[in-house]
Amino acid sequence: MTGILKKISQINFGLMSPEDIRKMSVTKIVTPDTYDEDGYPIENGLMDPRLGVIDPSLKCRTCGSKGGDCQGHFGSINLARPVIHVGFADTIHKILRSTCNTCGRILLTESEIFDYREKFKNLIKNEESLTKIIKEVYTVARRDKCPHCEEEQEEVKIDKPVSMVEGNYKLTASEVRERLELIPDSDALILGVNAEKSKDGQQVARPEWMVLTVLPVPPVTVRPSITLETGERSEDDLTHKLVDILRINQRLKENMEAGAPQLIVEDLWELLQYHVTTYFDNEASGVPPARHRSGRPLKTLAQRLKGKEGRFRSNLSGKRVNFSARTVISPDPNISINEVGVPKIIATEVTVPVKITEWNLEEMKGYILNGSNLHPGANYVIRPDGRKIRIYDEIKETVAENLEKNFNEYTGEGSYVVERHLKDGDIVLFNRQPSLHRMSMMAHEVRVLPYKTFRLNLCVCPPYNADFDGDEMNMHIFQTEESRAEAKSLMRVQEHILSPRFGGPIIGGIHDHISGAYLLTRESAIFNEDQVFQILRKSNLPIPDKTGEKWTGKQIFSEVLPKDLNMVYTAEICRKCDECLKKECKNDAYVVIEDGKLLTGVMDEKAYGAFSGKILDHIVKEYGTDSAREFLDASTKLAVSGIMKAGFTTSTNDEEIPQEAKERIEVHLDHAEKKVDLLVEAYDNNELEALPGRSLEETLEMRIMQVLGEARDKSGEIAESYFDINENHAVIMALTGARGSMLNLTQITACVGQQSVRGGRIDRGYSERTLPHFQKRELGAKARGFVHSSYKKGLDPIEFFFHAMGGREGLVDTAIRTAQSGYMQRRLVNALQDLSVKEDGTVTDNRGVIIQTMYGEDGVDPAKSDYGKVVDLDKLVDEMRIKSEK
Amino acid sequence: MKKDILKHELVPDHVILSESEVTKVLKKIEAHAEQLPKINSDDPVAKSIGAKAGDVLEITRKSATAGKFITYRLVQD
Repeated sequence: MTGILKKISQINFGLMSPEDIRKMSVTKIVTPDTYDEDGYPIENGLMDPRLGVIDPSLKCRTCGSKGGDCQGHFGSINLARPVIHVGFADTIHKILRSTCNTCGRILLTESEIFDYREKFKNLIKNEESLTKIIKEVYTVARRDKCPHCEEEQEEVKIDKPVSMVEGNYKLTASEVRERLELIPDSDALILGVNAEKSKDGQQVARPEWMVLTVLPVPPVTVRPSITLETGERSEDDLTHKLVDILRINQRLKENMEAGAPQLIVEDLWELLQYHVTTYFDNEASGVPPARHRSGRPLKTLAQRLKGKEGRFRSNLSGKRVNFSARTVISPDPNISINEVGVPKIIATEVTVPVKITEWNLEEMKGYILNGSNLHPGANYVIRPDGRKIRIYDEIKETVAENLEKNFNEYTGEGSYVVERHLKDGDIVLFNRQPSLHRMSMMAHEVRVLPYKTFRLNLCVCPPYNADFDGDEMNMHIFQTEESRAEAKSLMRVQEHILSPRFGGPIIGGIHDHISGAYLLTRESAIFNEDQVFQILRKSNLPIPDKTGEKWTGKQIFSEVLPKDLNMVYTAEICRKCDECLKKECKNDAYVVIEDGKLLTGVMDEKAYGAFSGKILDHIVKEYGTDSAREFLDASTKLAVSGIMKAGFTTSTNDEEIPQEAKERIEVHLDHAEKKVDLLVEAYDNNELEALPGRSLEETLEMRIMQVLGEARDKSGEIAESYFDINENHAVIMALTGARGSMLNLTQITACVGQQSVRGGRIDRGYSERTLPHFQKRELGAKARGFVHSSYKKGLDPIEFFFHAMGGREGLVDTAIRTAQSGYMQRRLVNALQDLSVKEDGTVTDNRGVIIQTMYGEDGVDPAKSDYGKVVDLDKLVDEMRIKSEK
Repeated sequence: MKKDILKHELVPDHVILSESEVTKVLKKIEAHAEQLPKINSDDPVAKSIGAKAGDVLEITRKSATAGKFITYRLVQD
């Protein structure tokens, strides 16, 4: 681009004066037509050639540059009568209300004016916001009598959108303009209109400029017409609107000149006001929107800017990028957590720029010779002169030749850049929206794979919050060496195993990884050597020498543990017995690892699950992220092998209990319901004693809730006692933390329990009762939403209805919670985004103002801490004890 | 009935630093006084300990992470 370079010294935001508009206008627009019969633009028409050109073959008649370079020039329409600008109608109304109708002075006494002027001076000096004080002026400056000319004032009301009504008389735009003209510059300032004249006599704004006498006509580049395939011209919505304005303006002028009756002139004036109003904003309240012939409302100026699809949110804040891809995701347990599977179609489309050097010349030549369709190929080369050449099959040989010819072995100067296809090992950025934390965007290594979905390791589902029910994710390809290096050291998945939120792992085993590890490491798991070698081979672990002995699952799992690992902890399946038997635990929940050998205990969620994996956490912190990645890759594969060797399935049979158990539960629930009836009876007879600080009703509710809660829990316990963790897969999943909870199982088996709305028993619906099936004021268990049945047995209609009430509340709550917390987070992020931690631990904002003299007051990086603590003393003591015991 | 707000458990200790202490502190944290967080001179605590604009207060408060934490604030109009 050529042109004159100028430096901006100042920007004024203000109103445009009629003179400003005329000055920037290159032509007056008079004719409401666009093109003549031959298809040439009409002079002084809306497509006047002086307004700029779009066609690159034409030269602009105003600036002389070619189409595309010419940014267009404004024209203007002289309005026959003034018209109020919709955007300023509110401001005009406020100003009229606060100024005298005869002398135009502000309705404040001289002393008040003096006070406010001082306040303004101070605020401007301190560069503080004026909005608050201007608002105050508008409320104070309202009087029945002008303090300056003693004239009686009448209330001016606004009739949306643009009519000003004084008493019963509707002010015309001309009258409004005359009144605004009367306001002295010094009074205008207090009303929030900066009318002070600068030294060269320039003014930023005058109140009367809010009433239009001249209308600027945007250049054709702003409202291009499109030629349809049929050869028909279709004009932009703005052009249509301008045609309307011109037509009415013309008629109004003719009628006025002909001396038409006042009534007709006023009607036309009103119409002109309507057209100008909708030209600015076609969604202004109180005006029917102007429509296209087809009935579609026109998209005028305000609509271009407003809302999600408007200029700001869509074009200025929202950016689209090249070198990115988006597709559905699906799982692949065989790739590393650091990798992402990229479909071949995508790999041949997005490219990495590579500068030719002595060392990659041959390789790059190979890519070029492969062309742009064969996979490890190249799509473009960029010549030293900056020209980009697409590689077609016909020219690929010549391109490759030129590449070699032009390459200067010694200087490497003027060498080509090849945009080659994505290949295995490239580093890319992978993202899933909503990007709520830094783990939503991580760097992965590419694995080019067949089919059309991105593939990712299951361990990275928690940080992205991804599942495979149709989720899509985005991939971005780094274009510079610097970005690649930075991504590799800071953004790789393995660097984010520990979350900065709580100092524990957020990446880790999920679902089948957990149940699999449990099946592999439980006491009964014994494998013969062939099976062991198969499992180890699948996990890419070294195969030991044959000994002919059987292996325990714990021995197999020990193969992935670091050789000098020492740990003691209680597993997820720990039943929290009153007295812990430690190593003799009958549930095998006491985990002891000595010198990398798993001696007792099973592997479950506490071992390497996302959010709570203790071994994983320990490995990241003590052995580094590389070891942690290897551990995760290998251990999850072991777990998958383990679950495949054992076989794993679940059905409602897992929630089946013997008849005897059902009877016991029934007896128990009946007993509880009777107890509730007794409580209600006691309440009715006024025998109930209120708890301290509670009313009688509250006491009753609490007691009933307690009884029913206990009944649900007890019935669950009964059902639980018939479950066997060695046989029942649903129970394995619940206890190891893989999926589901014991509560889920007992609700299916034994009793669903009390439904609640607003944190209490259900007490809404009909007058004094929940449903017509009950007596008024009935307080029994069933009448207030206690679901006696189990999911498996099935709910009766009344129970079903209460259950739906509770369920609906849950849904509404989650919907509201996400919306609220999302906005809360947005505000927090906006407030904190520029803060940075300096080397000495001080937190400053972008101006260097100190926020905190020590980060988090203790200077600890939570991602490197032990669950938020600087040190975990218990852990250290345990480790030392193990070492000293040896 | 007027209570001494300085004795309230939620009000941390505020101490006005002497000029020499201020220079020492600012040197330690490598900052100008203007970069410090501000406190209004009509803040109830600032008023009751008699701090004037331009003073630097040393505030010692209880901290959930560090146990005890010392921070500084500049009194402004």
